[in-house]
Amino acid sequence: MARISISSLPPSPSPTSGRGEFNGIVYKMKHQIQHTEFKGKIMKKIVAVLFLLFTHTTAHAEVNVFACEPEWAALTQLLAGKQATIYTATGALQDPHRVEARPSLIAKARRANLVVCTGAELEVAWLPVILRESGNSAVQVGSAGYFLAAQSVKMLDVPTHLDRANGDVHAGGNPHIQTDARNFLPIADALSKRLVQLDPANSAYYQQQLATFNQQWHAALVKWEKQAAPLQGVSILVQHDGFPYLNQWLGMKQIASLEPKPGMEPSASYLNSVLTTLQQHPVKMVIRAAYQDARPSEWIAERAHLHAVALPYTVGGSDKAIDLFSLFDDTLAQLLAGLK
Amino acid sequence: MFKKTILSVALTTLLSQPFYTFAAESSDLQALRSEMAQLKLQYQQLEKRLQQAEVNAQQAQAGSQQAVVASQQAVEVARTQTVPSSSPAASSEGAFNPAMSLILAGTYGQVKQSPAIPATGFAMNSNPGHQQGFNLGESELGITANIDPQFRGVATMALAPAGGITVENAFVQNSGLGNGLNLKFGRFFSGLGYLNEQHAHAWDFVDQPLVYATLWNNQIGEDGVQLKWLAPTDMFIELGGEIGRGRSFPATDRQNRNGTGAGTIFAHIGDDIGFEHSWRAGASLYDTKRVNAASAGVPDLLGTVGGVNTQFSGDSRTMGLDFVWKYSPNGNTANRYFKVQGEYFSRRETGMLTYNAAVTDTFSNTQSGWYLQSVYQFMPHWRAGMRYDQLNPGTATVGVLNAGNVISNYAFKPTRTSVMLDYSPSEFSRLRLQLANDQSRQGLTDNQLFIQYIMSLGAHGAHQY
Repeated sequence: MARISISSLPPSPSPTSGRGEFNGIVYKMKHQIQHTEFKGKIMKKIVAVLFLLFTHTTAHAEVNVFACEPEWAALTQLLAGKQATIYTATGALQDPHRVEARPSLIAKARRANLVVCTGAELEVAWLPVILRESGNSAVQVGSAGYFLAAQSVKMLDVPTHLDRANGDVHAGGNPHIQTDARNFLPIADALSKRLVQLDPANSAYYQQQLATFNQQWHAALVKWEKQAAPLQGVSILVQHDGFPYLNQWLGMKQIASLEPKPGMEPSASYLNSVLTTLQQHPVKMVIRAAYQDARPSEWIAERAHLHAVALPYTVGGSDKAIDLFSLFDDTLAQLLAGLK
Repeated sequence: MFKKTILSVALTTLLSQPFYTFAAESSDLQALRSEMAQLKLQYQQLEKRLQQAEVNAQQAQAGSQQAVVASQQAVEVARTQTVPSSSPAASSEGAFNPAMSLILAGTYGQVKQSPAIPATGFAMNSNPGHQQGFNLGESELGITANIDPQFRGVATMALAPAGGITVENAFVQNSGLGNGLNLKFGRFFSGLGYLNEQHAHAWDFVDQPLVYATLWNNQIGEDGVQLKWLAPTDMFIELGGEIGRGRSFPATDRQNRNGTGAGTIFAHIGDDIGFEHSWRAGASLYDTKRVNAASAGVPDLLGTVGGVNTQFSGDSRTMGLDFVWKYSPNGNTANRYFKVQGEYFSRRETGMLTYNAAVTDTFSNTQSGWYLQSVYQFMPHWRAGMRYDQLNPGTATVGVLNAGNVISNYAFKPTRTSVMLDYSPSEFSRLRLQLANDQSRQGLTDNQLFIQYIMSLGAHGAHQY
């Protein structure tokens, strides 16, 4: 895999984001310094220290976002624009189920005043520790600074019976909600409201950003759904049960999964049974998320003569998926290429 | 695949045996069973309630689902309708039941030398040793819940192999103080070092490093208060302190007396390097005053058969350094990762030693030890690890009266090398094979073999770094 991941770096800020404001402060500070009566080296040092302190507090004044996954960082960036500094906790090539509660993540959560995550137990293995250890009362569960995207959408694959004999199932339903582009509309709506709640002084700005997003996203949805028409009713194979939302959106039919149960390693005999299934229900492609091990997909693709399609899954999951719009452009391009 | 089959067959055969051995064994087991049966009953009732709540939720969702479909069809409409939250507000009181987890763990241990023999030069220390044959190991029951918006409660009960339940952890934590403060009180594992806070089921080897076994009796727990502060910096910088009654070794338990029996301070720093590397390093200091710390079977200069009894009273101060570094390609720990960790502890003790309940004079010594280990997940579900342990019993300064009795220099450095291989069919189960070459007892080389299972039932909380 020679892909470049944006990983734990925040998405590249737009020219107007954070930094612009920073320059404004520098200018103001310089202006103030010119008007002070004090001169000399010591004073310069004091001013330098004050300056550091000052810029430090301004970093707290704007919305400081800790986004669990790159898609929520990208969405927050679109909705909060210049008002937010965003840290993305995971990269597109990391399995968001299996991230460790690293010290760096705890340090970043310490200074956040908004945590934006998927929820539905996707981050259950690491987020609770991070929030607890951060000692940050603003982002604890139930506070205004704790936002879960999954609470705004209709969950699929909600198990009626919870039993780990069924593998690594999530009680709240399948958490991979970001694969259906339509889900971003209600999530954006709820997230924007949360930004207004946290930073009421800029509510007009957030509402304007939301209106712009809605307009662009609706237009994009029309385009994507038109492009995706050939995918309607197409049978697919998946490597992990991570695509029910994508399937529901585009009307694809999942024939089988390469994992016998979610999170379980396939045995040779299970893979052979999948091959048998494929003889009765031929499929065009086997799809996986960019962060998943390529070998199972490639193994079956070679034997059953399928296309092995690696979907970006989130922003940064492929060279082309650099923001939310190009994420779905590239997803559709990959799927359509898999039809050939 | 072939290797895997052999291993599974071997493990199944071995693991299927302990149940017979234990069935006829003790009435304690009966008690434990009935407790488990009660737990099971409670769990079943909880499950019933959960199912009912789910049915309710589904009915509630049926309505909202139509709204979603409608809104999704009307894509051209500029403003979207807000989709009602899909999380149901369960009104049943059962929904507030705490999260329960049960760790079932057991080992089969095969050692050549008696586990009761301590490491050379460490007869006055703790010696948790190993269990031989089939045993229940570290099975534990955990109960966790938020108490209110401020407090969270955690209880961990260890199920002792011989029957009975001991309270391992029972603490209340307040993470809502803000400003990076974190308060914990009750019974908890001390935050010193790196491994100390980890529960047995999260260990990378069957046993703790020798330095933990001899200086901390595997793990130091405290009844007291812990306060931690996390600096508001990009780099992880955490400072913490604890005071407590000095419940466990090396402290001598200041029970039913005013004041505190032990104090700890520690600092941790950590960060990422790129997105593939992460690390944490720490330093800690533990201080206690030991009162009449008794040891038996301590070898002496006279060569008394079976050793003698000693009693020590005095100051005990332990400093420690720890680090861990982890690497995973693309930062994706699900596929492959590599970690290296090491810790060093050094304990200085100064006070009075009573030899064989007869002669008392001054005694001071500095003991130390370290380990270095690495674990490599070479493919999903499979990990291999290696660990090297070393101890230094130190050269004691013994008062004149005991100069002819107490051994001051053992001139031997205990060491041990362990290798392990484990397989985790899922996130909730792990099977492990461990081999060790133990040279911790002079002239008594021990080749050890352990087979272990660790199974996690019910709620499974997030693990620490």
